[in-house]
Amino acid sequence: MARRALLDFEKPLVELEEQIEQIRQLARDSEVDVSQQLLQLETLATRRRQEIFDALSPAQKIQVARHPQRPSTLDYIQVITDEFIELHGDRRGSDDQALVGGIGRIGEQGVVLLGHQKGRDTRENVARNFGMASPGGYRKALRLMEHADKFRLPILSFIDTPGAYAGVLAEEQGQGEAIAVNLREMFRLRVPILATVIGEGGSGGALGIGVADRLLMFEHSVYTVASPEACASILWRDAAKAPVAADALKITGADLLKLGIVDRVLAEPSGGNHAAPLQAAETLKTALLEELTGLRSLSEEQLLEQRYAKYRAMGRFLDCVSPESTLSS
Amino acid sequence: MSLFDWFADRHKTAPVARNPQELPADDGLWSKCPECGLVVYRKDLLANASVCKGCGHHQRIDSEERIRLIADPGSFEPMDTELAPTDPLAFKDRRSYADRIRDSQQSTGLRDAVVTGICRSSGQPLALGVMDFRFMGGSMGSVVGEKLTRLIEAATARRYPVLIVCASGGARMQEGMLSLMQMAKISGALQRHQQAGLLYIPLLTHPTTGGVTASFAMLGDLILAEPKALIGFAGRRVIEQTLREKLPEGFQTAEYLQDHGFVDAIINRTQFKSTLATLLHIHKLNGNAAIGNP
Repeated sequence: MARRALLDFEKPLVELEEQIEQIRQLARDSEVDVSQQLLQLETLATRRRQEIFDALSPAQKIQVARHPQRPSTLDYIQVITDEFIELHGDRRGSDDQALVGGIGRIGEQGVVLLGHQKGRDTRENVARNFGMASPGGYRKALRLMEHADKFRLPILSFIDTPGAYAGVLAEEQGQGEAIAVNLREMFRLRVPILATVIGEGGSGGALGIGVADRLLMFEHSVYTVASPEACASILWRDAAKAPVAADALKITGADLLKLGIVDRVLAEPSGGNHAAPLQAAETLKTALLEELTGLRSLSEEQLLEQRYAKYRAMGRFLDCVSPESTLSS
Repeated sequence: MSLFDWFADRHKTAPVARNPQELPADDGLWSKCPECGLVVYRKDLLANASVCKGCGHHQRIDSEERIRLIADPGSFEPMDTELAPTDPLAFKDRRSYADRIRDSQQSTGLRDAVVTGICRSSGQPLALGVMDFRFMGGSMGSVVGEKLTRLIEAATARRYPVLIVCASGGARMQEGMLSLMQMAKISGALQRHQQAGLLYIPLLTHPTTGGVTASFAMLGDLILAEPKALIGFAGRRVIEQTLREKLPEGFQTAEYLQDHGFVDAIINRTQFKSTLATLLHIHKLNGNAAIGNP
């Protein structure tokens, strides 16, 4: 396994892990029985890691969500499905590498899977445009979702993007229009839609494949209306205030559960999904199958009605006729 | 010859020869065009839909004036005026959201950044939503989302066409993800309006950006825009600085969007009401149910 990239708050763990490694080395060289000490230290390391990850601030969660080794859409698809065939292109002249999708099978359940795709390293990230999808990506997603609608295949969508691509070409090709059409059409699709924020949920670029019957989110994932960096530079006039903005914007699963935006938060393995990717994928698969079972009992009309009602209830405001009645989701 | 005509004529002959410093400033009686410096009586400017007779510059107008330009006199019945923003995240940047709301409410007399209602335009019924850029940059929070959704739902129930005049910097960051979700909520309501076979027209005015562009601004059966309006998804600065790309001439203007196929027609504000009347009328022909009965 490639060496794990370390986040600054993981540093205290490094010392412990080094100690453990030294003792192991010692044991190999001198045949001294150190199993007691090793067990102690490993228990301590596990507890420390748990403590650190339980207390992550929103800004630290962003670091975990952006971790280069955090499992990506294609990683999850590989583990979750028994068979998968990637499908390319928007039928309009492009095939965006930042938004991938295809058709797959989980047991005897056929599904359409799609999501933002980041790269592991610089070279991959350049090819994947850092997971920032272009209009063609959103149109490819819609094409796949319409295919799902036609053949009654549930849609599994994975969100992991810093935001929709902001560039001259994206504007010329109608980034706003591409996302807007997806938002509208996703209310029309007669199949269950499950969306999961697996890493970063960046604004409209995330929502563009994120209108769903159930919205799931990993524990250390984030979902933001604007990146904390952008928010800080606009509202605080100081990009260095990003951690403060991250806190103020309420971007964690726990906060979004309270606001009625997210339906379910998935626990991550100790140390985050990148520490145990297979375990994370199993968690995700179990959750998705559970949710799917729940949704399958609904008729198409009920499904569409519930989806509409779910978003219809989002928002908080005062009704000044009766000031005490704060409507909320 | 009125003084206005005299100015207009003079402007035609010597459009650049004036020095803006020597001209009277905006003082309530006079108004100076920020583009060409032409000075006219304010009431003449208003009579021309706040469009400069010298250079055609469309000055920013508030929701009240916009409604006056579109709705037949006395026909506008406002909806949901009692809805007001709250501060669900207890958000505070350099200033608290609560303070910003209070300031905007005091300076505009509005509760939030959109005015909605049912009216008649050239005798034809219309569900009209008008965003007001003066209120926190026309940003879209829960109230904007809720009022527009209710407007669209009412239009679907009554089989009315919808016109939304867009003017917005995008989602309102101070309400966090609740703001982002308004994009989905409004789009869902528009899906039902569309499914009912009804006509929806957004009018994109300066500026229409961010989450508004990525939702209801781009979902029109017909998408109209005002001349030179800034329309885009990402901010110019973001594109320029983050990605170090040079911006083409006229980037993100209404004309640029029309050239790239995202705007149906650019309509001069002085022509808008009559153009709208034609469009509403044509869609009602051939037994289409796009327009409700009077």
